[in-house]
Amino acid sequence: MPSTRVVVTGLGTTSPVGGDVPTTWQALLAGTSGIGYLDDEWVDTLPVRIGGRVTVDPSEVLDRVKARRLDRSSQFAMVAADQAWADAGLEGSGLEPERLGVAIASGIGGVTTLLANYDILLEKGARRVSPLAVPMLMPNAPAANVSLKYGARAAVHAPTSACASGNEAIAMAIDLIRLGRADVVMAGGTEAAIHPLPMAAFANMMALSKTASGDDGRDPVSVSRPWDTGRDGFVLGEGGSVLILESEEHARARGATIYAEVLGAGISNDAHDIAQPDPEGRGGTRAIKMALREGDVDPATVVHVNAHATSTPKGDIAEGLMLHAVLGEHVDRCVVTSTKSMTGHLLGGAGALEAIATVMALHDRVSPPTINLDDKDPEVDLDIPTSRRNLPDGDIVALNNSFGFGGANVAVAFGSVK
Amino acid sequence: MATTEEIRADLADIVNEVAGVDADDVQLDKSFVDDLDVDSLSMVEVVVAAEEKFGVTIPDDEVKNLKTVGDAVAFIERSQG
Repeated sequence: MPSTRVVVTGLGTTSPVGGDVPTTWQALLAGTSGIGYLDDEWVDTLPVRIGGRVTVDPSEVLDRVKARRLDRSSQFAMVAADQAWADAGLEGSGLEPERLGVAIASGIGGVTTLLANYDILLEKGARRVSPLAVPMLMPNAPAANVSLKYGARAAVHAPTSACASGNEAIAMAIDLIRLGRADVVMAGGTEAAIHPLPMAAFANMMALSKTASGDDGRDPVSVSRPWDTGRDGFVLGEGGSVLILESEEHARARGATIYAEVLGAGISNDAHDIAQPDPEGRGGTRAIKMALREGDVDPATVVHVNAHATSTPKGDIAEGLMLHAVLGEHVDRCVVTSTKSMTGHLLGGAGALEAIATVMALHDRVSPPTINLDDKDPEVDLDIPTSRRNLPDGDIVALNNSFGFGGANVAVAFGSVK
Repeated sequence: MATTEEIRADLADIVNEVAGVDADDVQLDKSFVDDLDVDSLSMVEVVVAAEEKFGVTIPDDEVKNLKTVGDAVAFIERSQG
């Protein structure tokens, strides 16, 4: 059993359904979708014209001059980190910089900065390429910029495992605290990949849904439909989320408000295919079992899962198999939801946003719904709420799953606070 | 031909855009580093933007000589002349 207990003491997000945690959480509980038509001028050239933009652009929140030195993904991370830091009450707490770490991930890195500078290179020549391009586009830029702002001098990580990155950052933060390398870690994920190149690439590999992007008359809000028979790919979202993870001892000593306990994490790989999930979900099953074992969790106490379920035909089914394999008969009493039905898929930002939803579900003892579940796939035998559903009293556990290209599987188990 | 004041005003707008310095503070006697707090990477951005705006070339080894706003304006005037 790991000796150091880890707790969540602060939350921050900017998401397709809200510019902060209270707004985002209420939108998720209400079943509000953040998906709509994109208004970018390039969108008419693409087979996919819908997405989930953040509701509050970072330019409305951040100082203009500081923001122009940050890729959009770093801007999201900074907005979320500022909120989480304030929420945790860490300002003036006397936390030593050497005991503060950061683990903030992205799936693709500063892709819009990279491509904008490539456009400049081609159109105006090498002299016009920004001297800031590399520090802006590097994958560790969000983590590094947050560490600069808050003076974090313990480890500053940016794990990359595609769509599992945000959840892997949280898993890494648990390790940093349990190994004694930090007392507090700002952990999360961010992604800003709504750009024609990644969107064309995802569309061409049949990962993005093309529904509601042509003449089919469908509503963009209806396209992300995890576990529904009509699902045909994910919808791309953007945003960033940060959680403050802290050793329980440190949190109690400073009288911090504790949202939930982080019980354990599991990380595994399918080694099956670069993009397709293992159809039997064996790698994901191992990751979830690892998370429960690390937290010494009785599967009977797992009452809620924020699933990865992205609205792709194969992945959603595989995740159902994993939950049956791990929870057995207890799966019947477990409320499983996919908030991606409302936010779309934030890639490297997904795991952290969904971790916040998982933590809030435990804290408020209520699961957000999965919207657009009109005709549940008969191959999926899970209890999926189509409107908000209360969770039971007592000691309860919730899981957050994330899976990524490259075969990555990450599961994190959270526990309610007494 | 642009006047010294016109060049200073356009340069001030660039410094404001890049580094957030109030354009009214960008006067000929001000040092980019010591008075206006323009760091080395921002200076490169200012130089590149100035080259585009004024249609001049400012070689890398010339940049270190541009200590004040006046130095930069004078260099641009000479280059344009």
